[in-house]
Amino acid sequence: MSCGKIFKFHNDLDTDQIIASQYLLLPTIDEMKGHTFESLDPEFPQKVTPGDFVVGGENFGCGSSREQAPSVLKALGVRAVVAKSFARIFYRNAINIGLPVIVCKELPDAVKTGDEMELSMEEGVARANGQTFSCTRLPAYMQQILNQGGLIASLNQEEA
Amino acid sequence: MGMTIAEKIIARAAGVETVRPGDIHTVTLDRMMSNDGTTHLTVDMYYNKLKHPRIADAKKMVFIVDHNVPSDSPKTAASQKKMRDFAKENGIDFWEGKGVCHQIMMEHYVCPGELIFAADSHTCTYGALGAFGTGVGCTDLLYAMVTGTSWVLVPETIKFNLTGKLSEGVYPRDLMLTIIGTIGANGANYQVMEFCGDGAKTLNVDERMVLCNLAVEAGAKTAIFEADEIALEYLRARGREPKAVFKSDADAHYVKEYTFDLSKIRPVVAKPDFVDALAPVDEVEGRRIDEAFLGSCNNGRIEDLRVGAAIVKGRRISDHVRFLVVPASQEIYLQAAREGLIDIFIESGAIVMNPNCSVCWGSCQGVIGENEVLISTGTRNFKGRAGHPSSKVYLASAATVAASAVKGKICTADQL
Repeated sequence: MSCGKIFKFHNDLDTDQIIASQYLLLPTIDEMKGHTFESLDPEFPQKVTPGDFVVGGENFGCGSSREQAPSVLKALGVRAVVAKSFARIFYRNAINIGLPVIVCKELPDAVKTGDEMELSMEEGVARANGQTFSCTRLPAYMQQILNQGGLIASLNQEEA
Repeated sequence: MGMTIAEKIIARAAGVETVRPGDIHTVTLDRMMSNDGTTHLTVDMYYNKLKHPRIADAKKMVFIVDHNVPSDSPKTAASQKKMRDFAKENGIDFWEGKGVCHQIMMEHYVCPGELIFAADSHTCTYGALGAFGTGVGCTDLLYAMVTGTSWVLVPETIKFNLTGKLSEGVYPRDLMLTIIGTIGANGANYQVMEFCGDGAKTLNVDERMVLCNLAVEAGAKTAIFEADEIALEYLRARGREPKAVFKSDADAHYVKEYTFDLSKIRPVVAKPDFVDALAPVDEVEGRRIDEAFLGSCNNGRIEDLRVGAAIVKGRRISDHVRFLVVPASQEIYLQAAREGLIDIFIESGAIVMNPNCSVCWGSCQGVIGENEVLISTGTRNFKGRAGHPSSKVYLASAATVAASAVKGKICTADQL
């Protein structure tokens, strides 16, 4: 069970807010990550510590297909993104790069930024503020990609 | 039980007789496209992460520089050089400055029945020709480039039955903003939006592109029209043949059905900061603007330029407005020049720019400053999408954008 701080965001959080267009053509994810959530919380990259969680509402990660969005979160050490629902491209991108994305209908309304939460992907539960929430499990195919560390790691293992 | 067009395309690409929503299949892709938004990262991963770097079939690959073209900084130039060099070394079709990626794809590549993955969310545009196009990230694109395959979770399909005909002064853009405003920004999440009915027959391929392109703003995996005679004529005129022409079966399963009467659609906007924040133009009429944008993969085609030019002809753009006109491709730009539309725009005081993604994606010339207001034919109006986080974007049709540019305030063309 891993434990970390929560950073909570609104419904329909789009990938432009996670990382704005003007930073996408920077040479590396490392150069981009200092601009994560800049439009909403410019201090986010300084405040977040490895193992923390991003929590959203419905339709998290809508909009642009920019894979830089899950990539900067992962590069900053975000343990997982938990939301009521995800937009499909963000969801797929996150799994492909090995960032856990957890669908949990009840937790987002029960927490706020700064709260602590624990997540057990094996048990399929999250705990926060004394409550336990069950999370939707990934289809086995996607869980396997995630377990292998993402799509490219999975491809390399197939070809080992 | 029968299948929808989208299901038939996936079944063909998977080499199976039938597919059902919820199934996961490995599919062979017909084409893959990547633009300068992420290709530099794909190339880095190709060289640094793969155990056995290779390209399954370079002839299926297309690289297009369109997001920041011409480049705006040495770092952008370096990222684009990486992409350009990789394309040349590997025999990948490469386009730079010729147009917005989806317009180039429609003009030169997309065929009915194809399954296309591209590293851009608006890949759903290709459904206007009866192809299944969907946006992916750069890791998916890399996997597809290396293996020629990918995995697909078969989506459910929603039927949009279009009836009637759009009234004069009302455009497909008004229709699609109305549809998104009605079903919501996740109203079609992970689903296919299939457009059909008599109303669909009143729309040409360029107009169908407007509907399909914005489907991702309702969360859709893709959108699709049947490849009818209108689509096949578009293909023939460009010397291409369909891969396969599919129709949805009479007993195909739809998860939901909507009917939209085109004759009832009125000029609308999407208000800041959400594409589904629908309002009639009347509701925001008089809102002062600082910039107007006519362009993008959604609405920068020849008919949009004709509509805009007809409105500004003989008039002056408001002295407090920058009006950016950005044709979606060089082909469209040349056509507009031949028709005298470029003269009209320039004489009115507009700034005509080279084909590129421009202010629609907020990292190119034309970005707006603190508290500024843009009215746009672009694809999105998210917070800060076009520049400073405090700036605001209203989405509207080419006609409403051009009229607002003249008046300096949001209005419809008949209010000039």
